[in-house]
Amino acid sequence: MTAAAGRAPTPLIDCDVHNALPADDALHPYMPAEWRERRDGLSYLPAQFRNVRENLGDRSYIGAEYPRPTPRASRVDAWPPGGGPPASDLAFTRAQLLDAWNIRYAVLNPLLGIGEMLNLELAGVLARAANDWLAAEWLDRDPRLRASIIVPYEDGPAAAREIDRLGGDPRFVQVLVLSRMIEPMGRRRYWPIYEACERNGLPLAVHNGGWGGHPITPAGYPSYYIEDAAAMAGAFQAQVTSLLCEGVLQRFPTLRVVLIEGGFAWLPALMWRLDRAWRKLRAEVPALDRPPSELVRERFWVSTQPMEEPERPEQFAELLEQLGMTEHIMFSTDYPHWDFDAPAQAFPIRLPPDIARRIQHDNAADLYGLGMPAAATATGR
Amino acid sequence: MTEAPAAADARVRLPPGTRLVDCDVHAVVPAIDALYPWLGDHWREVAATTQFRGPTDTAWPPTAATSMRPDLAGVAGVAESVADVRERALGPWQTETAILVCAYATEAVKNPDAAAALSRAVNSWVAETWLDAEPRLRGSLVVPALDPAAAAAEVDHWAGDARFAQVVLPVRSMTPYGNRLWWPLLDAVARHGLVLCLHAGGATGNPPTSIGWPTTYLEEYVDMASAFQAQLMSLVAEGAFSRYPDLRVLCAEGGFAWLPSLMWRFDRLWRGLRREIPWTTQRPTAYLREHVRLTTQPFDGPADAAGFARLLDQIGSAEMLCFSTDYPHWQYDQAADALPPVGDDDLRRILGDNARALYGLERRTR
Repeated sequence: MTAAAGRAPTPLIDCDVHNALPADDALHPYMPAEWRERRDGLSYLPAQFRNVRENLGDRSYIGAEYPRPTPRASRVDAWPPGGGPPASDLAFTRAQLLDAWNIRYAVLNPLLGIGEMLNLELAGVLARAANDWLAAEWLDRDPRLRASIIVPYEDGPAAAREIDRLGGDPRFVQVLVLSRMIEPMGRRRYWPIYEACERNGLPLAVHNGGWGGHPITPAGYPSYYIEDAAAMAGAFQAQVTSLLCEGVLQRFPTLRVVLIEGGFAWLPALMWRLDRAWRKLRAEVPALDRPPSELVRERFWVSTQPMEEPERPEQFAELLEQLGMTEHIMFSTDYPHWDFDAPAQAFPIRLPPDIARRIQHDNAADLYGLGMPAAATATGR
Repeated sequence: MTEAPAAADARVRLPPGTRLVDCDVHAVVPAIDALYPWLGDHWREVAATTQFRGPTDTAWPPTAATSMRPDLAGVAGVAESVADVRERALGPWQTETAILVCAYATEAVKNPDAAAALSRAVNSWVAETWLDAEPRLRGSLVVPALDPAAAAAEVDHWAGDARFAQVVLPVRSMTPYGNRLWWPLLDAVARHGLVLCLHAGGATGNPPTSIGWPTTYLEEYVDMASAFQAQLMSLVAEGAFSRYPDLRVLCAEGGFAWLPSLMWRFDRLWRGLRREIPWTTQRPTAYLREHVRLTTQPFDGPADAAGFARLLDQIGSAEMLCFSTDYPHWQYDQAADALPPVGDDDLRRILGDNARALYGLERRTR
């Protein structure tokens, strides 16, 4: 898992990197005056209680504790020597990820818990601050970086405003939501997000994680993190099913959806199941006017990490054939998390070179418009 | 697609020597007063003097296209009597043994005494009006599915009646069944050598998905597969198959095409996270292959023989599948579609041998 372990032979685009805030108050400089004043208004409190985020509404759902296998679910070697949590230090991230693996572009998906906040106003403020922090402290400083737009996704109109605010900056390549939400994402509370994605020509990325306050499986709460991790595929399946059944892909005909860190071995079985059920029950979903599998293959993309690992390596080739979406699979490392996929070892078989290149570079370059070398810094900010 | 499905007919070719076991035939309680003879004075009076009509369960909307074979639309009494099941399910398939499942949603009834009384009444109704009348049938014990201790007591009560082959639990639970809250029931299942059947459905109040309540029945139907996977993960992760080395689980009406992806995901995670569940000394796939079987309806695999063979190879063997008609539900267009596209040897296994081994039917009946 070091540079010496092997440089990837083809150019790489890493579609899932989790950069982090260096400190809890790192977003404060990017928060509007109104919110800074609210912080100042807390001056009657001892200093340690004056953090706006923690004191004025960083409330989310509680009661599902599944401790991760490592601190911050991260590789133990990813803690920057200069301090701060993994992937909070650009220089160290450059050295350990971008340079080590010769990565041409990396897409930043910071997981800040903003979309899960119960205080929607604060979520909107923090999303805006987070995006400005991303631009100023990451995108402005390394031309290899791209980012997802953080949105308060439980507040559709506010999320849409944030998408419109940043839609002109080409370094923001997609809109980020998390897989476990309050409602299935085909439901209309989320439609303003999809309208804004279309208006700005941006894909919608659904990333592993989040919580909408429901038991994390349809059978109730399990006991262990391994179940939490394995059950996430169920949330993705319910989201795909919801987007299809609610007719979202017909209502928003240019919307493209990227499923990140959800695996994809479940997708062939879901397509078989959906197609069969749809043939019997389609009267219920008049907007879904084609076999669901056709829409899945046209409109969904998946990232590689954490790929399910077939029992026998050659079954990975079978899986790719069952999936039939080779042009929609995009490489990701999930840096700095514990289950990081090293580019040299990510695939259980040696892929044919043309397929390897598509997965490791070209598919993402096409989706995100990265085919041409980018300018060192973007304009318009 | 619109052609009405016949039951088995001349187009269905069963391999020579097939002894067919149908692992999922539904028995429907027509109305709560059908249970009155076994309900006891108190609950009879409650039912008669309130609007209580038994549990609410919309897992199978009665008019949904998957819920009733088209030839049965408007027919009264479907799956409500032995005569109906004999004529429409057992006869056409020349069934040797059928596992009768009454998915009576006791988990929707929050009053624990009512749930226990209803469970006892349903099991008595099955024993006296179905099993007494038809020797080809085996029963599934309904238990109060929010109350593990009471559920265990119900299993113990019927342990002497070998015609009950399994305990049926709704796959959508309040808490996954591997959780140690459920060990009293699993103890009883193991004590009496019964099969644990996880059946599609469940009305605990938990949403049908981890992202809340979907709009359509189509979504709920498709998402049911995730509930089965959550239960299997729970049984493995909590060590149920280590604690009960003879425990056998049948997943009924949940499909099976998702099994390879579950195995591949779960094994990968186990390699990284097994410290959390040290009692799992084998990879999850080993437990699943040894202890779990799945019914064939709804058939959710590829229809072509080559694609199906590949899926079966990924699952591990044809021994994991057990035939079901899911009568009176409508999962297949033609009766022939109810049979997986495999060769005669595998088909014989799926049609009967696997279920006979699962339930120990030879042992029980001879």
